[in-house]
Amino acid sequence: MITLSGIHKTFEGNPVLRGVDLTVGRGESMVIIGGSGSGKSVLIKCILGLLTPDIGEITIDGAAMTPKSQTGFLDRFGMLFQGGALFDSLPVWQNVAFRLLRGPQKAQAREIAVAKLAQVGLKADIADRYPSELSGGMQKRVGLARAIAADPEVIFFDEPTTGLDPIMAGVINDLIRNVVTELGVTAITITHDMTSVDTIADKVAMLHDGKIRWTGAKSAMETADDPYLTQFIAGTTDGPIKARW
Amino acid sequence: MLGALAALGRFAIFTGQTISHLARPPFYGGAFGQALIQIGYFSLPVVGLTAFFTGGALALQIYSGGARFSAEAVVPQIVAIGMVRELGPVLVGLMIAARVTSSIAAEIATMKVTEQIDALVTLSTHPMKYLTLPRVLAATLMMPLLVAVGDTIGIFGGYLVSTQRLGFNAASYMQNTIDFLEVLDITSSLAKGAVFGFIAAIVGCYYGMTSERGAMGVGRATKGAVVAASVLILAANFFLTEAFFST
Ligand SMILES: Nc1ncnc2c1ncn2[C@@H]1O[C@H](COP(=O)(O)OP(=O)(O)OP(=O)(O)O)[C@@H](O)[C@H]1O
Ligand SMILES: [Mg+2]
Repeated sequence: MITLSGIHKTFEGNPVLRGVDLTVGRGESMVIIGGSGSGKSVLIKCILGLLTPDIGEITIDGAAMTPKSQTGFLDRFGMLFQGGALFDSLPVWQNVAFRLLRGPQKAQAREIAVAKLAQVGLKADIADRYPSELSGGMQKRVGLARAIAADPEVIFFDEPTTGLDPIMAGVINDLIRNVVTELGVTAITITHDMTSVDTIADKVAMLHDGKIRWTGAKSAMETADDPYLTQFIAGTTDGPIKARW
Repeated sequence: MLGALAALGRFAIFTGQTISHLARPPFYGGAFGQALIQIGYFSLPVVGLTAFFTGGALALQIYSGGARFSAEAVVPQIVAIGMVRELGPVLVGLMIAARVTSSIAAEIATMKVTEQIDALVTLSTHPMKYLTLPRVLAATLMMPLLVAVGDTIGIFGGYLVSTQRLGFNAASYMQNTIDFLEVLDITSSLAKGAVFGFIAAIVGCYYGMTSERGAMGVGRATKGAVVAASVLILAANFFLTEAFFST
């Protein structure tokens, strides 16, 4: 279980997170939605310990995330970065197998990498190419394959379907749903895509103004009477969320 | 002033941490091997050319300068001592600052900016172990070799100019060079090389790791690294020369 309590994070006078409280249960799929620039990526970087909150505490299975405990947690985590963050000095398969190559599964690393690439809809013949030779959507999927390669217990997906065509987005949504349902993985996904929310989410949390504006089960989202949430789902410009300044 | 002191402190901490990772596993042999080749082997052409032309020019200068007080004969001795004690290590150090420091800083800064450093962390790999330590170790070990090559080619450049253009006898030029050089000249040259290699690599890594965001951040990190490494190498050269040869 992952709990966040009272997380604050400010960048040079720009308060991004202003008291975030959130709980994600084991084996649960939590989807975080919210406007562009609302701090979703910052929030998961805090959970991963890549950024340190100014105030507030993050615990994972009851133990606090600290620089000391971070290494132990990260061994069980997988992360897809919004920009892919592939190592451009390494071929695709070594990116995917990065963790495996440094662990006991070294001998089968390439084989596993190719299988994971197939799961995200990529053919084996790209295994020896370099990330810079791939399209944006392909890079995203390699990043996804890398995130799931070592069968982590908790996976973070930062916008897994942006830049993908609708069919490929569907494949990825199903894949994420499957790792949660079949492998019991805990997933935290950031997305703007309501189809993704539909397929992936058990629970949804909406980040707005540095706080969790609304959180609840996906089924409760339809009937929720929060004007911010309903405007976000409907995607209209009239409502409490200002789209123009 | 206070900012400069703080930056110096952060650099010192960075250096200390890098060294402390030497004692703690894992050690990434593959990354180390690649760094050895990148820093050592691929620097050979530029080191050779720089040393060759400098040695040649040095011979011409000493000859014409020496002529003012009829001391043209000292060319082999002065070329040898000038190359080995000073110009070899300093020029190779500066070339490495231009070639290796800049590429390390730009590469690591780009990795930082594109979140590859964050990605390394999430894959349970310490960026200092994977990126910094192999490069610093490789540069420290390879630089003495590069300096040895530079010294030799520099002396050869002087030899070639002296025998072809200035009318020196080939055999006695060589004999004079060998007789004149002392062991301390050579060990000090190699020791300087090791120190300069360490400086070149660690400064590149430090500037890369502390790069600001965006393409501008990468550019600034690269420029800052080359300038800082060059100045530090020249300063270190002064103090090492003082330590080895003053008395
Ligand atoms: N390292 C950083 N330094 C300074 N400011 C930052 C940093 N990282 C993020 N920010 C700022 O924090 C805010 C939130 O950024 P974040 O990337 O979390 O947005 P987001 O919700 O993920 O948006 P998007 O949906 O567009 O990806 C932005 O205003 C951004 O400028
Ligand atoms: Mg984001």
